Amino acid sequence: MQFFFEVLIGGLLSGVMYSLVALGFVLIYKASGVFNFAQGSLVFFAALTFVGLMEHGLPFGLALLATLLAMIVLGLLIEKFVLRPLVNQPQISLFMATIGLSFLIEGLAQLLWGANVRGLDIGIQDEPLAWIADPTGINVSKFDLAAAGIAAVLVTMLALFFSRTRIGRALRAVADDHQAALAVGIPLQQIWAIVWAVAGFVALVAGLLWGARNGVQFALTFVALKALPVLILGGFDSVPGAIVGGLIIGSTEKLAEVYLGPYVGGGIEGWFPYVLALIFLLVRPEGLFGEKIIRRI
Amino acid sequence: MLYREAGQFKSTYAADSAILPIRQDRIGLALILIVAFVVVPLTASPYLFSALLIPCLILALAALGLNLLTGYAGQLSLGTAAFMAVGAFMSYNFILRVPGIPLLLAFAGGGIMAAAVGIVFGLPSLRIRGFYLAVATLAAQFFILWCLTKVGWFTNYNPSGVITAQPMVILGYAFDTPQEKYLLVLSIVTVMALAAKNMVRGNIGRQWMAIRDMDVAAEVIGIRPMRAKLLAFAVSSFYCGVAGALFAYAYLGTVEPEAYNLDLSFRILFMIIIGGVGTVLGAFLGSAFIVVLPIALSVGVAFLNDTLHLNIPSSVGSNLELMAFGGLIIFFLIVEPHGLARIWQITKEKLRLWPFPY
Amino acid sequence: MTAVRAIGDSVLRLDGVSLAFGGVKALNDISLDVREHEIRAIIGPNGAGKSSLLNVINGVYHPQHGTITFRGKPRHDMDTHETAALGIARTFQNIALFRGMSVLDNIMTGRNLKMKATVLEQAIWFGRARREELENRAKVEEVIDFLEIQHIRKTPVGRLPYGLQKRVELARALAAEPSLLLLDEPMAGMNVEEKQDMCRFVLDVNEQYGTTVVLIEHDMGVVMDISDRVVVLDYGRKIGDGTPDEVRNSKTVIDAYLGVPH
Repeated sequence: MQFFFEVLIGGLLSGVMYSLVALGFVLIYKASGVFNFAQGSLVFFAALTFVGLMEHGLPFGLALLATLLAMIVLGLLIEKFVLRPLVNQPQISLFMATIGLSFLIEGLAQLLWGANVRGLDIGIQDEPLAWIADPTGINVSKFDLAAAGIAAVLVTMLALFFSRTRIGRALRAVADDHQAALAVGIPLQQIWAIVWAVAGFVALVAGLLWGARNGVQFALTFVALKALPVLILGGFDSVPGAIVGGLIIGSTEKLAEVYLGPYVGGGIEGWFPYVLALIFLLVRPEGLFGEKIIRRI
Repeated sequence: MLYREAGQFKSTYAADSAILPIRQDRIGLALILIVAFVVVPLTASPYLFSALLIPCLILALAALGLNLLTGYAGQLSLGTAAFMAVGAFMSYNFILRVPGIPLLLAFAGGGIMAAAVGIVFGLPSLRIRGFYLAVATLAAQFFILWCLTKVGWFTNYNPSGVITAQPMVILGYAFDTPQEKYLLVLSIVTVMALAAKNMVRGNIGRQWMAIRDMDVAAEVIGIRPMRAKLLAFAVSSFYCGVAGALFAYAYLGTVEPEAYNLDLSFRILFMIIIGGVGTVLGAFLGSAFIVVLPIALSVGVAFLNDTLHLNIPSSVGSNLELMAFGGLIIFFLIVEPHGLARIWQITKEKLRLWPFPY
Repeated sequence: MTAVRAIGDSVLRLDGVSLAFGGVKALNDISLDVREHEIRAIIGPNGAGKSSLLNVINGVYHPQHGTITFRGKPRHDMDTHETAALGIARTFQNIALFRGMSVLDNIMTGRNLKMKATVLEQAIWFGRARREELENRAKVEEVIDFLEIQHIRKTPVGRLPYGLQKRVELARALAAEPSLLLLDEPMAGMNVEEKQDMCRFVLDVNEQYGTTVVLIEHDMGVVMDISDRVVVLDYGRKIGDGTPDEVRNSKTVIDAYLGVPH
């Protein structure tokens, strides 16, 4: 029984990590209606830049700041050179442009910093917490818990930002209808710049946590693909949905691998979340928390 | 002046609906076919065949399949490579387990099995669309590849997971030189491209485009979206399946799941974006572009290394390749969303007027 | 000016049809009939439920209550492609043409139900597919001649002005050789000349092919001129039904249009 809980909790916590990546997607989708396929490569870029800077001798804090700056600049460049020219194009064109963008950023990151796998140490160790493990025998990693805590704080901040602040409201208006937002005087370009900067920040946090957990390597971008089933479950435009979706995907993926995997030779993790998302799509296309899409004839 | 169509009037509907109504186009195509079928086999080097021409043709076939599904029918798919894999593995199994089966029949059988799988993974398209459908096709990509790796029957319980493709033999004649493989691939691709062109200008092509443009209105005029969409998945997967079989037999020489990974799916998607979504020509132009680009880049890097005595590692070349792909996609989507095919069309229109400005 | 052909028996009947979206009642207990070869207009203030009425006849929406009978057979829960197969064609308020295709291709899609060749036959082209394509092309050219749009047949529809797009949409509906034609504001957004052309086409269709026409229209002049009978809707209810003159003089109808509270 305690093994089950270990797997479950481990899955939930890794789900939190997926949620962090999904958050970046949701931000950009909420504010510009763009499904940013390149979010994963942004995470990769952030992690690689941070590690690269540290290798060149920058201390932790300075490297963090510099990377954050780099992410913001990158976001602004993306908004100016990729999104703005494609402003009135159909969604599918924007989506394909972000696929191209993801390749571009991956290549750039590796060009700048090299493609070796690196470790990343952010000061929190991946060891079980004694005060939980001793009485119950369940091993919960300190690191995973810290990651969950950071994610929780981030999510709360973002949720409040969107619903309480003036800028948050402007972001939601822009996501709904660009033309109408322009008509009421919302400065579209500024808003998008802010959004991409925040998304860059979220990518940085996600990149650091993921990099510390699994090492900074190209496979990080595939992790980002996992965020897609999270978004389908949670809804593309819902911040709480990203969290819940992440938790569900993380836990079911681990449980399936451990309990079903041995019967079919393992490796279920690779496709289980996608198939789960697929089934979900057939039943409830807008996700658990997303807005229902109504089409008028 | 050369490209005038003045004086070429069509007096029957049959003439008007021909694939190449302008005489100069017909002459052009005849020339291309002569070059492809006669001149090239006599003059090209084995390297040119193996590294450039054969993969370009095979991937063009897969791109054609994807274009039918995504460009004409409007159903976005990121699982192209998985359907190719089905074609490859099933062809292998047909040749292995059905003694004496003709080669082309085995390929066709692989294609049909791919079509069946395509229908299954196309079922969600009846309820979901756009990038949601893309995610569903990702499920196909990952699941199918996992299946082909884990279920031993597909690889004939081979412990290494990498199978050598059987030699290609038709009526006792073995296709083992690059030149022969090229001619075989060229013939198959030409026939299938012609079939695709016929479908696209016929009723099913219009049905697909109607579904793509406005499926509610399509239903009102009697088109059944379910039938049209599933047919699109089936035909597209058939093309991808045959391409996958050719990929294994005429190019790689092995049948392995890793060759049909997500990266290949993306490459083929890039081919149709750059080449021209919703055109038959676009599949070929895009394939040529994407196949040549990495080679051009590595040649360029090597050239720079030699002439400027630099020591740029080859990884730079592969990273530049990634950046080039990504950058070109964005460039084309912004500047010419209809790709190289449209640029070619505009060139032809300008040629009609040449040397006059308007 | 009324139709030259003799108006026949009832070909379409609605009995007690009600349609609701959540709490909103789009149609409330509608009963009416449409007779063969006639031109039936549906009028009413905005939001009265006119488009919903067409959508229900067409099979786009399914009513919660009531029955719809077409040519004696009840069919209130058929899908749109089934009603298309029965011979019902329609146009839409916001043009529903296929923007990626030319005028000719758009109209050819209207012939879709007449084309039987399988995909394999189409891939081979020579044989049945080619024959069908050319036969249907000839029929489509008749429609193109009829609606005088020869000069734009190869143009992508996205490039056409609004009035011509409406005409192409009509052509697509006609190409299916329907027995019942549903037109949703076919003259909206047109100037006087274009309206006259459209009226002429509608009348010609009714005269030459005997097509029964049901049309939604706001222009009273058009309605009074070309229709045989008129249905008036208001807030989803039928408040008038008869010849143009009867409806014009009905107090309930006048009140509804003038906004007298009722």
